[in-house]
Amino acid sequence: MAFSEETFVRAKEIIARYPEGHSRSALLPLLHLVQAEDGYITPEGIGFCADQLGITKAQVNAVATFYTMYKRKPTGDWLVSVCTNTMCDRMGGQKAYEALSEYLGVGHEETTSDGKITLEHAECLAACDYAPVMTVNYDFFDGTQAADALEIVKQLQSGEVPVPSRAPRLCSFREIQLQLAGFPDERPGAVAEGVAGDPTLAGARLAADNGVAVPGFDPNTPIARKEAKA
Amino acid sequence: MSGPIHKLTPVLTKRWLSPDAWKLATYERLDGYAALRKALKAEPDDLIQLVKDSGLRGRGGAGFPTGMKWGFIPQGDGKPHYLVVNADEGEPGTCKDLPLMSHDPHSLIEGVIISSYAIRANFAAIYIRGEAVQAARRLRAAVQEAYTRGYLGRNILGSGYNLDLVIHSGAGAYICGEETALLDSLEGFRGQPRLRPPFPATHGLYSKPTVINNVGTIASVPYIVLGGADWWKSMGTEKSSGPMIYSLSGRIKNPGQYECGMGITLRELIELAGGMQDGHQLRFWTPGGSSTPLLTADHLDMPLDFEGVGAQGSMLGTTATQLFSQQDCPVYATYRWIKFYAHESCGKCTPCREGNYWMIQILHRILAGQGVKKDLDTLLDACDNLLGRSFCGLGDGATSSVTSSIKWFEQDYLDYIEGRKAPMLKPELVGAH
Repeated sequence: MAFSEETFVRAKEIIARYPEGHSRSALLPLLHLVQAEDGYITPEGIGFCADQLGITKAQVNAVATFYTMYKRKPTGDWLVSVCTNTMCDRMGGQKAYEALSEYLGVGHEETTSDGKITLEHAECLAACDYAPVMTVNYDFFDGTQAADALEIVKQLQSGEVPVPSRAPRLCSFREIQLQLAGFPDERPGAVAEGVAGDPTLAGARLAADNGVAVPGFDPNTPIARKEAKA
Repeated sequence: MSGPIHKLTPVLTKRWLSPDAWKLATYERLDGYAALRKALKAEPDDLIQLVKDSGLRGRGGAGFPTGMKWGFIPQGDGKPHYLVVNADEGEPGTCKDLPLMSHDPHSLIEGVIISSYAIRANFAAIYIRGEAVQAARRLRAAVQEAYTRGYLGRNILGSGYNLDLVIHSGAGAYICGEETALLDSLEGFRGQPRLRPPFPATHGLYSKPTVINNVGTIASVPYIVLGGADWWKSMGTEKSSGPMIYSLSGRIKNPGQYECGMGITLRELIELAGGMQDGHQLRFWTPGGSSTPLLTADHLDMPLDFEGVGAQGSMLGTTATQLFSQQDCPVYATYRWIKFYAHESCGKCTPCREGNYWMIQILHRILAGQGVKKDLDTLLDACDNLLGRSFCGLGDGATSSVTSSIKWFEQDYLDYIEGRKAPMLKPELVGAH
């Protein structure tokens, strides 16, 4: 499949972000870009990145195979990632993963036959205070026990798109890849959506409710100057 | 509540309470970019000295003095300098940087500009882990706003200083949180660590002088510029100054982010978080993520600063305190962590690649009720071959939970091995006795 004119323009934009002579820094975002167009890393996508950067396909392949977010097989509309690292596992994440796997009839990095949902178990997603967590196209659903995870997936199957806990309405897998390539979320109002959850604010709220602040803060405190050299 | 409530030091987390703080207009109303205006009037060297005087130490786990790191950058060398922010948060248990970038992205951006100005860099990058899409969404919007308002780009606020900032999303690799692996990844390669020396201070990004700091470190800089080194040192302990965001997770009533002066104890943190969950008593915990040796209920009164935790044979790490109870098994927790390290090992060095692989097999058979007593010696022997013999800290970190769980909870291992505890896992067909 040939890449769109827009993708060529975007590739140039990505390369221009990095200091001159260091275009290879654009490789990770370029791989996200071709994934945004193809839904996974295709041989054509590898070739596209190689052409854009003037490196070999083998060099691109070596990088693409290193990172888990570059998918080697067609990915569903919804990538469901369930954290099963120690904390989430203990709090219910492993059970949630197993329930989804059984319900969907797919294992790790497999896609349902209708091409809608890809399931994976993920390593720590850096939201342990909301454990157990899962993500859909990388946006968080907090405190997802097995029943909650099943409910979310059933909604995805029925076409009723669930809203993430602390992020805007869900993006498609391809839309999120474009953001990963460094392009802004252009859906009107999307950046404003999503509020902080209780764990995020727990300490700050406790301090505010009890009138605790750090004393002695004076924004006009002078910056000491080193004596000028003679 | 009395007592520990006064240990709270809302500095970096304070703005999170304003839901719109990610917007430039709100940020500016809340002291935003005042530090940048102040810093641009100062000499870069005076800013480096200020950060040295504050005693700020890296918030990414190692606790290296930030001002000293900046001071290592050779000045007047005619080479480009770079600032790279390590936002590849992924150490199991750690969850402080993502909320900061989601709810107060400008504080990081302002810190980047001031820090870059201090080390004379004209290009900076924030390497954010790929999966962190919401934090990246907010950061990218904030960077756009900062460019539009003249805080980034050419001739920032009329100072003559230029800086470009790129938000670079990773693609799913824990190892890229290791600073030299991060640099390779940012240069478009597989994220594998580099041999040191030379250090990034002279041969970093594109082999040029580079400072790499964690999100929390750089986001602290504007507060130090505004409030001064003495004010910063009014929080924390003598050698571990300032506030720190402690991330509590697990068997606790109100898990979450608690910003306190360094040196608070776990007992006090548990009290702040409403106590343990009903029916759970603390059994083991990580002071700073899964790469820091486990501690037990005997360590509740240990000061959580770099020295205090080090004195007990563990590390402060990322202050990700994961709390486990008597309902959690330390052997299983260790097994699950080792699966993580094996998955994330980049494969460059043999001790880490092979050591973690084999430790999974041994831990699995112990948990499947097929272990032998000698397995404990084999595990410790494997750890001996990992710790200090791996290419980078990932291999070292992997041994933490193994050696510490055997140290504190050998009886649990023996209970599986000697049949007093029911197996937690099914035996594998291969490699079993």
